[in-house]
Amino acid sequence: MTLPEGTPEKLPGPAAPAERTWEAQADQHPVSPTFDELTRQRAKEVIARYPVARSALLPLLHLVQSVEGYVSQDGIRFCAEQLELTTAEVSAVVTFYTMYKRTPCGEHLVSVCTNTLCAALGGDAIYRSLCETLGEPGRPLGHEETAGEPGTPGSITLEHAECLAACDLGPVLQINYEYYDNQTPESAVALVGALRRGEKPPPTRGAPLTDLRTVELELAGFTDDETVAAAAVAGPSAAPETLRGTTVAAERGWAAPALPDEPPALPPLPEK
Amino acid sequence: MTGTEINPATTPDALTPVLTRRWSEERSWTLETYERTGGYRALRTALAAHPDQLITLVKDSGLRGRGGAGFPTGMKWSFIPQGAEGPGAKPKYLVVNADEGEPGTCKDIPTMMADPHSLIEGCIITSYAIRANFCAIYVRGEALHPIRRVRAAVAEAYAKGYLGKDVLGTGFDLDIVVHAGAGAYICGEETALLDSLEGRRGQPRLKPPFPATAGLYASPTVVNNVETIASVPFIVAGGSDWFRTMGSEKSPGPKIYSVSGHVERPGQYEAPMGTTLRTLLELAGGMKDGIPLKFWTPGGSSTPMFTAEHLDVPLDFEGAAGAGSMLGTTAVQVFNETVSVPWAVMKWTEFYKHESCGKCTPCREGTYWLVQILERMVHGEGTPEDVETMLDVCDNILGRSFCALGDGATSPITSAIKYFRQEFLDLIAEQPAVARPEQLADVERADDTELSGAPA
Repeated sequence: MTLPEGTPEKLPGPAAPAERTWEAQADQHPVSPTFDELTRQRAKEVIARYPVARSALLPLLHLVQSVEGYVSQDGIRFCAEQLELTTAEVSAVVTFYTMYKRTPCGEHLVSVCTNTLCAALGGDAIYRSLCETLGEPGRPLGHEETAGEPGTPGSITLEHAECLAACDLGPVLQINYEYYDNQTPESAVALVGALRRGEKPPPTRGAPLTDLRTVELELAGFTDDETVAAAAVAGPSAAPETLRGTTVAAERGWAAPALPDEPPALPPLPEK
Repeated sequence: MTGTEINPATTPDALTPVLTRRWSEERSWTLETYERTGGYRALRTALAAHPDQLITLVKDSGLRGRGGAGFPTGMKWSFIPQGAEGPGAKPKYLVVNADEGEPGTCKDIPTMMADPHSLIEGCIITSYAIRANFCAIYVRGEALHPIRRVRAAVAEAYAKGYLGKDVLGTGFDLDIVVHAGAGAYICGEETALLDSLEGRRGQPRLKPPFPATAGLYASPTVVNNVETIASVPFIVAGGSDWFRTMGSEKSPGPKIYSVSGHVERPGQYEAPMGTTLRTLLELAGGMKDGIPLKFWTPGGSSTPMFTAEHLDVPLDFEGAAGAGSMLGTTAVQVFNETVSVPWAVMKWTEFYKHESCGKCTPCREGTYWLVQILERMVHGEGTPEDVETMLDVCDNILGRSFCALGDGATSPITSAIKYFRQEFLDLIAEQPAVARPEQLADVERADDTELSGAPA
């Protein structure tokens, strides 16, 4: 091919770019001393659970929150490094999900359901009372704000939540994702008062209360103490509301048609 | 047929606890209780059969998806390509949708807390039927106690040889992972759930291809709800005729109805499909403090609302659809006369706006503007045109958004205007004609500008 200027071979080559030196970047590995050998080992275990490594990203972010109390830029880099992703790819995921917090959280996370049904039963009033109780005079606490120094004992991050799937027990709130059912503004204020004093009031359904970081470690699939974990599994779960139907059926002598003693023969193989 | 003969002609009782029957047992969540009450027997029957026989059984039973859409479960399983070559040669996956978050829905969480083994036994039978060797149970992250219980049950099942390599010496391998979500309602949409499970933002995918051909890791995948999968062991143990003794021809079986709100005794009531709100209200002790019923949802906020005139609508897939709504998740939220309809609709719309994933424009923008209109109206600055504007916006979301979230967002608004239009108009009318005079001045000035074509 001949260009109007002549053949490409005869043209002068492009001018060599001026030599520029860039300051060497400090090596970012290890990303942060926050993530110790145990956390790295756990990250590997999480990844090994899945057929494809990237599926481990959500549990890894829970793991990061269990170490930091939130997901920092360091935490994002840690996940990116473990899964060979870019930090942009990890950031995109972190910012999508409400359970990943981008600022340091309190020892406890209090989530009040303010969806329609709970709100109509008093959820909005509960949330307002907690905003006022946990805030300063004239400046109530806002959504995802923390009372007390984040991470210190008794500090509380408050949020309003969407439907927490406990509608028969509304108005409901969660502390570190354990259920506190059938609340009133007074009972909720008493609960956070106990938390501020360093107490751990037991949930109506769930395990004995710990703190947000312990719970995030559990969500990632780990526990630091097997005995505590076994006790957690045995925490109460069946409220009277849960058992209403079975109770009424028992009282009135109702039951489903009895199952046959032996499973009936399965249908024959369909013809191809 | 062996065992007890079943007479499908007899009418079942008003409550038929099947899935909920074990819930009142002492330590109901343990393997010991589960086996003592007949658990893991269906598994042995199933593993002795050919997988295709199980698919036929579930088809015959008429079981329909309990997550809201009501798709026939056996048919979904039969869409999975099988065979040693082509698409059937890919690995197959079972994904359990336990991302319960539809407002009003609270049946899967107690199921997983009280009887996790029925879910796991269902997972094993289903995986065997569709020839999957990997199953993921995607539980919403806020459901911590259920996650704990299901994980403990999975560990027990591994220890007992129900999971892992060579299940019960049959040569069938299965691994189950309990995956915690991270707070996103949209992940209850099956393709968004798959993206989330792959470690991405939970945004829905374009269909087709459907998950049956290109689901998790682009491989054939069945996505089923918790209640659907937990029903499977009972269908194997009882047979399709037994299952059909409850419910109707097209919507057979028992169903957990979650009754919440302004009733005397809210709770979980497992009844044959097709029960009515009248029956449920009677069981739940009637309306709280005798205050009359105003409106209710048959299956979560995404199903168009009903009123007191719908007390006798049969709550099965056909009955709810015939009366202009949907069965959804049978989350029966009951509201009495003290609740303002525009306020309730505003709260629900705020929810959809918050949970819209932002992928498609009609849903992202539409829910945003609907919230603006409703909040303005509830705070005393509605205009007579607002009702029509909202209907117009809904018309531009319904059927034009990427997934069902957008459609669901319009349900409370359009159904509320259908039944309570006058309440919206009254609310607007009782507001002062000019709530903010300075705003009106702005509008007049803007109009002048437009007319003259030059800044005033």
